[in-house]
This record gives sequence, C-alpha cells and structure tokens, in this order.
Amino acid sequence: MASTTSPAGFNETPLVTRARAGDLSAFTQLVEKYEGKIFRLARHITNSQEDAEDVLQETFLKAYEHLGEFQGNSKFYTWIVRIAVNESLMKLRKRKSDRSVSLDEQIDTGEDVIAREIAVWEDNPEDKYSQTELREILDQAVKSLPPIFRSVFVLRDIEELSSEETAEILGLTVPAVKSRLLRARLKLREKLTRYFKRKGDDIFDYL
Amino acid sequence: MITCKRFLEELEAYLDEQTTPELRSELEQHLAECPNCWVITDTTKKTIRVYRGMDPYPIPGELHNKLLSALTRVAHRQNPAVGEVLATREELETK
Repeated sequence: MASTTSPAGFNETPLVTRARAGDLSAFTQLVEKYEGKIFRLARHITNSQEDAEDVLQETFLKAYEHLGEFQGNSKFYTWIVRIAVNESLMKLRKRKSDRSVSLDEQIDTGEDVIAREIAVWEDNPEDKYSQTELREILDQAVKSLPPIFRSVFVLRDIEELSSEETAEILGLTVPAVKSRLLRARLKLREKLTRYFKRKGDDIFDYL
Repeated sequence: MITCKRFLEELEAYLDEQTTPELRSELEQHLAECPNCWVITDTTKKTIRVYRGMDPYPIPGELHNKLLSALTRVAHRQNPAVGEVLATREELETK
C-alpha cells in the first residue's frame, strides 16, 4: 500500500493497515481523527443535524464493513469522504422538498452572480464576530447555495480536497468543478458582504 | 488589454494560482487599474480564508459513543472473537 499522508501531515497508513487486519482499536483511532470533518461535511451538504448524525454513523459503519475493498491507492480519508458524500446526497434525494437534487443539473451560465455588491471588507472580517456568531454567519451562507454548488464548495474550500479529488468524488469533470467552485465562491462573497464590509466607507458607491 | 469580463473568467485560475506567469502578470496589471475587480478579488480571497480558518464541529460525546457502540456490534457480528467493548470517551478521559 502506498504511504498516504492526509490533512495536516497525518500519516494514516499504519492505522489503515492495522484496521484492515481486523484491529478495531486502530479503526477507532481513524474514527477519532476524521469524525469531526465527516460530521461537518454531512451537516453542510444535508443542512440537517439529524441527517448529519445518521450520515456520520452510516459512513463509518460502511467503511468498516467494506474495508477489505479499500484498495489503498487513494487516501483512506478521500475514500470515506466519498462514502459520506454519497450518503448525504441520498438523504437529500429522499427528502420530498428536495426531489430534484442532481449534481448534473444544468446550471445557468448567466452573469447574475458576478458582483452586485462591491464594497471593501475589513482586513480581518472574522475578528468582528465571536466564534459562535461567525460559525452561524458562515453556515447560513453555505446553506443558501444550491446543492450542486454547496457540495463542490464544501469539498474544495472547507475539506480542502483538490479539484481532481473533488471531481472524482462527485463524478464531475475537473473544469465543471472549477466553474462551480468559482460561482459558489462569488455567491458566498455576495452573501457575506453585508456582514464583513468596512463600516461607513462604501467608497465605490458613487461609481 | 484585459477586460473585466476576461478577468472574471480567469479569476478561478488566478485564485488557485494556476495561470501562466504571463497571464498572471496581465491579470495583476488589470487589478492595479480596476477598483471593482480589485474588491471582488480581495473579498473572494477573504471568503476562502474565513472558511478555511473554521475548525470542524465538536462531536457531542453522546454521538461519538453511539458510533463506537454501533461499530463494536458490527465488529462482533463479523468476527465474534472481537469481544472487546471499546472504551467510551468518558472512560478514556478518566483514565
């Protein structure tokens, strides 16, 4: 198995090898390492605490049961992210109000997202709010994105996977990931401007 | 001469530092001359930064323990020799 290093330089290979050999405590250490990230991802994609709790459990149970099928040529982390994304999307599809969720959905290519709000932000906008307030603001903004943008944004900018990994997990092409990511980032930028703009200084208003 | 429209088309590549050095310097030239594109670029960079700066959610201890119990059950079903019950987080903390 190729040695793989996952987020923050953590080498997961020895634990994965032991877990594959049936060592439950090694697998538990992998759970401890990644459960926070998997839960966050599920919470963002499903927009539901309850669904995210189910997804968390299903993801690690499936991973444990199918550990023998994990080839070791991708990162273990990427492999469980893929399981978690699939479980999360299934939750969305099951929900009546979200019947039409599809990652292949045609997206309009108009320029509606491009910059209606042009105001300078504070240098460190995150310092204006407490951690709790900030989390609330950021989560609300992600929540407002359509699922196709949300999934791409969560994998690329929150879980910090590469465009290639994101494309593989979501079954999209790399250019499709990139164009969705840009639109997601611009939409979020618009949403966040009202919270983060520098006060009393809409210097471009007259333009 | 880069237009705003062209700049925005290249913004993604610019943010992810995937342009050629020539294109990058043309885009930077445009940024130096166009306040609107400068603001969009700066605020988009900050958007990415604030999201990357957030820590994962803390997992409620109860949820973590529920997951470990479910795992232990599955492990035991797959291989009854795995009789060991995993320590819950509280037990680990009191060790």
